[in-house]
Amino acid sequence: MSSIRIKHRVSFGDFSLDVDTRVPGKGITGLFGESGSGKTSLLRCIAGLERSESADSTPVHKRGVGYVFQEPQLFAHLNVRQNIEYGMRRNSMPRMSLDEVVSMLEIGNLLERSVSGLSGGEAQRVSIARVLCQSPNLILMDEPLSALDERRRNDVLPYLDRLHAKSAVPIIYVSHNIDEICRLSDHLLVLDNGRLVAEGELHEVLLRTDLPQLGGRNAGAIIEGKTIEYDRAFDLTAFEFSGGRLWVPGAFESNRVRLRVSASDISLSRARAESSTILNILPCTIVAIEEENTAASLVKLQLGSDYLVARITRRSSSALNLKAGDEVYAQIKSVTVRR
Amino acid sequence: MTELGPLFLSAKLALVTTVILVLLGAPLAWWLSQTRSRWQPIVQAIVAMPIVLPPTVLGFYLLVVLGPYGAIGGWWLSVTGNALTFSFAGLVVASCIYSLPFAIQPMQNAFEAVARKNIEAAWTLGASRLDAFLTVAVPLSARGFVSAAVLSFAHTLGEFGVVLMVGGNIPGETRVVSIAIFDHVETLNYAAAHRLSLILVAFAFASLLAMFIINRRWSRR
Repeated sequence: MSSIRIKHRVSFGDFSLDVDTRVPGKGITGLFGESGSGKTSLLRCIAGLERSESADSTPVHKRGVGYVFQEPQLFAHLNVRQNIEYGMRRNSMPRMSLDEVVSMLEIGNLLERSVSGLSGGEAQRVSIARVLCQSPNLILMDEPLSALDERRRNDVLPYLDRLHAKSAVPIIYVSHNIDEICRLSDHLLVLDNGRLVAEGELHEVLLRTDLPQLGGRNAGAIIEGKTIEYDRAFDLTAFEFSGGRLWVPGAFESNRVRLRVSASDISLSRARAESSTILNILPCTIVAIEEENTAASLVKLQLGSDYLVARITRRSSSALNLKAGDEVYAQIKSVTVRR
Repeated sequence: MTELGPLFLSAKLALVTTVILVLLGAPLAWWLSQTRSRWQPIVQAIVAMPIVLPPTVLGFYLLVVLGPYGAIGGWWLSVTGNALTFSFAGLVVASCIYSLPFAIQPMQNAFEAVARKNIEAAWTLGASRLDAFLTVAVPLSARGFVSAAVLSFAHTLGEFGVVLMVGGNIPGETRVVSIAIFDHVETLNYAAAHRLSLILVAFAFASLLAMFIINRRWSRR
């Protein structure tokens, strides 16, 4: 499957949704936006749960679209195994076997349990297993972690990582949490008031400095890197990417990782700071400077073939007389490793 | 042992009525619980009318409609050759209408308690509307079905006014237990009236008790 057409127009009272786009036929597409931007409405239109003008009239149960709800929506009168089999029995052509799904989500010991005894994280894993076993052509996930507290969230996230790595089925993942989006998705749609305001490869869309949705604490960039060295004495790992290398605390198993650098964790200087406590100081070129508000500017930086976004005060920008094309040093205070 | 005749007849009437009401009432209760139609309150009010109408009013209209010159009675006469009034079949029709709210409301309440998203989940898992209704909504509403069955059975057993209007007092055909008790009292046969009345009191208490115990067990699960 090359790409999936998403075309829906519908209005609910004074809110209207109008989307016409294509999403990749593999990997995870993040659907990001503030609450009330129409994310859930769009998913419901895709699933056929909401009627839209331009949608086809295929009934919900024949669309082959799996839906993971915020709450797991398991059937209380069936046990875990029966819940999973509910979808399996109603669909042909299993793409993943029950055993594969069960081992991927590590729910083997839950199969004969009643659903009322499951923790929030376990229940959500079962609901994801139920959707995978129905072998859909497309999976929709509507903030599957939002009903879980921080600890339970971490019971599910690693399995979503696995799903990201293994699933052959395209997924549309709705979230208002930029960290989840950065961790899980490859492609990004940004929805505002029922309209798409940005779409494209995740790392490219994140560099947009003109969108309020991607400003504030959400501003930042991701880069793909690979581990090249581990400093046992200081417990630091070096990641190499096109713009140099970054040292990050801790040891990492996976070789290729996604690194996220938040805009507020980068400061800029004209000269390389000597005897600084900051480990990661990289030379880069200013591509653009965009005023974010009356006090701050977002600076788009290029390092090799990668980009970063830094937030600096407008006063600093003016004091250093920064402009596009200037060579500067980015001092990176912290980096989050996503996978 | 003539006293057992009316008891059996009442039990038979209540059983037939309960089966019909639960089977035909479930789709109506489902519709009432799910629809956003502006007709919903109107249908809801019509369904609830037997609770507040005097049984004589209900019985009078039923007598008119079910009679040989009435719309339903005339049709029944032409199809089966028998009159609906003063017959067991007529009593069944009358009881179904009389006990309708007692079957609909518990089922409707149970259906309303089933999360809409739970049903939507069943649809997205590949279940058609009917499939999801039968395999998710109905099992999750089992409690409501038990209440509906117990209440329609007990309520039909206790009907008097409507039966008197529509069915009269034909032994073996329409002489149900409440009519028999009335007869005994009229003829000052208090001993017989006591026996039948006590059986009804005991049955009513036992069936309601059983229902509340079942409901309690269920809600603890």
